[in-house]
Amino acid sequence: MSKGYRIVKKEVYSPVTYMWEVEAPDVALAAQPGHFVMVRMSEEGERIPLTVADFDRQRGTVTVVIQAVGKSTREMMQLDQGDSILDFIGPLGEASHIQRRSKVILVGGGLGVAPVYPQLRAYKDLGSTTLSIIGFRTKNLVFWEEKFRAYSEELHIATDDGSSGHKGFVSQVLQILLEEHRDTEEVVAIGPLPMMKACCDVTRPCGVRTMVSLNSIMVDGTGMCGSCRVTVGGKLRFACVDGPDFDGHQVDFEELMLRQRRFQREERESLQRYDEDCRLRGRTP
Amino acid sequence: MTTVKTIHTIPKGRTPMAEQDPQARGKNFEEVALGYTLPDALREADRCLECKKPRCIAGCPVGIDIPGFIRAIGQQDLRKAYEILRQDNPLPAVCGRVCPQEAQCEIRCIVGIKAEPVCIGRLERFAADYAMEHFEAEVPAITPTGKKAAIIGSGPAGVACAADLARAGVDVTVFEALHMAGGVLKYGIPEFRLPKLIVDRELELLKQMGVKIELNTVIGKLFTIPQLMQTKDFDVVFIGTGAGFPKFQGSPGENLNGVFSANEFLTRVNLMRGFRHPAYDTPVGMGRRVAVIGAGNTAMDCARCALRMGAEAVTVVYRRTQKESPARAEELHHAMQEGIEFQWLTNPVKILGDAEGWVIGMECVRMVLGDPDASGRRAPVEQPGTNFVIPVDTVVYALGTRANPVIARSTPGLKTNQWGYIEVDEQTGMTSIPGVFAGGDIVTGSATVILALGAGRRAARGMLRYMGLLPPQTPVEAAAAKA
Repeated sequence: MSKGYRIVKKEVYSPVTYMWEVEAPDVALAAQPGHFVMVRMSEEGERIPLTVADFDRQRGTVTVVIQAVGKSTREMMQLDQGDSILDFIGPLGEASHIQRRSKVILVGGGLGVAPVYPQLRAYKDLGSTTLSIIGFRTKNLVFWEEKFRAYSEELHIATDDGSSGHKGFVSQVLQILLEEHRDTEEVVAIGPLPMMKACCDVTRPCGVRTMVSLNSIMVDGTGMCGSCRVTVGGKLRFACVDGPDFDGHQVDFEELMLRQRRFQREERESLQRYDEDCRLRGRTP
Repeated sequence: MTTVKTIHTIPKGRTPMAEQDPQARGKNFEEVALGYTLPDALREADRCLECKKPRCIAGCPVGIDIPGFIRAIGQQDLRKAYEILRQDNPLPAVCGRVCPQEAQCEIRCIVGIKAEPVCIGRLERFAADYAMEHFEAEVPAITPTGKKAAIIGSGPAGVACAADLARAGVDVTVFEALHMAGGVLKYGIPEFRLPKLIVDRELELLKQMGVKIELNTVIGKLFTIPQLMQTKDFDVVFIGTGAGFPKFQGSPGENLNGVFSANEFLTRVNLMRGFRHPAYDTPVGMGRRVAVIGAGNTAMDCARCALRMGAEAVTVVYRRTQKESPARAEELHHAMQEGIEFQWLTNPVKILGDAEGWVIGMECVRMVLGDPDASGRRAPVEQPGTNFVIPVDTVVYALGTRANPVIARSTPGLKTNQWGYIEVDEQTGMTSIPGVFAGGDIVTGSATVILALGAGRRAARGMLRYMGLLPPQTPVEAAAAKA
């Protein structure tokens, strides 16, 4: 019934990080920075939410960057350029509300670097002064440095081990930049929950508006299941239809971090089964 | 010479329908009710008195010629029985299984005054199942009109609307947000009550009538309604998106791990086939002791799914009594047979969790029924000091749903009421935007499959009139419809 969506380009950034450019002309036409898509690889597959990392309306493609952390995302990594996935649904969520800012700092951590990119480009295109910070665990995980440099007034790289750029976390670099650039009007921070929380803790005392993108656990991604619910400003919100962007100063990160562990056991078991299966078939997982 | 049937000549009791044994079925997802055999159906059809002025038809939201199809079964003309059903109902095999017949057609059956009413639902199911198994589908002759309709949502309302429009020669495209067609029939109602194969067969007939179904298409996001009309050249649009936006109570602890909306629980189990995890990747994440809040059909579905998924204990908690429970009698009966526990007159106060954020119990309070409220139902009142804790690790909220905001947010000028449901003209189903119609749960709030079908058909008539394919309703007709 489903026509399938072709992966027209695949790039591997690290042993666990890869990029797909997927042919989906209608999705590409409607996509905006901040949107996400749901991907399902096969009939037995899960629906996996992925934030849009880029879109090309001329080519009719949407780019996503994926981290192979679970069974499904590792299985997806086996696919090659030219292969097709069963479902590619989107764009979903509310687009980021991007307006011209005299100065904006864009912070990406790990995989979060990808979805920051279209926002960076949109801010720049509106004439904002853009400063970027991208952070990774170590040097060989770094990706999209050149893409960021092209749209950033300043680009700062941080690695946990200091193998590239600043040694330490992106939130520490953000702290320094905020002191240097007191005219910063907005911060966008996307990455793992502890990283987004740390960035919000840095910006809260100076009252700089900080937008985060929440990729909480979803099933349908269209507002139907409520799995992705988060508490924002004391209110119940759904990341899929009210977000995924929220005012980070209002997000209850503690609760969300607990909620993100809901399927830890099942995920671990699935991975073990997958590894075992790969081993039996004599394939590298 | 034919003898005249009277209430005195027919069997008083209904023909029973075979069911899976309650013990065995609590462990599988196979269909519970097994349906009539031909002899069963003939015996039951013979109980219909073929009233001159049948009251049953008026009880049917889509006005099926009930005595007509039962007569055809009696004459063993099962093709005709099926055709009569399909004239008014594009989903007879579905409705024969999930309609609350006891509150619609069967409650009005004349036989029911002195004996048990005719099993109209079971006969409907039999005729539809029999036809699907034995006959090639007959596609009605369709004369294309050159008009185009977009239907948003492939649930009951959308399917009914699409079927009527297609039959009238309209080029129909159904847009479905999920990766599977069928809406609530797929993601909501479980396999053991409505096998997905049944839904797919009925949808297949729709496709044979030329209806196109576009999956993975979220209207309001991928295309907006204005785009459908202006750049995709649809003459009319029907919104049948349902009311699948989960409701919680606002009690403390609702965001703990182990708390689900009924929609999430059922979607994981049914749509994503979580009951077959790990063969299917999506986990359900259910614990061992499950509480379900609410006592409607959805609550029964959740409770019975939980049981089949291997829960040690499943408790349904409802603030009123069994009498006020909105579930179909058969669902309640089946749930009780299977060993689901019921705590009537009980309301959750808060959900208790451990330091890691997992549910460890649900604190409830006992209720009493007080004076009737504005709706005429006796309002449940808390009994102070009766709090107690049910030790559970999973809580499922089945308290109904709200309107999904995606369409309304992306459609300027679309009028909704204070709860977000779409406002329509009752006669035509048209919304505040000319050419845009709506029906089903997105208009009424959570209701039944058959009411959604009725709304879809009503809107189809409105759409045909709007496109000039049906003569405009005369004032007399309008008055009659109103009466």
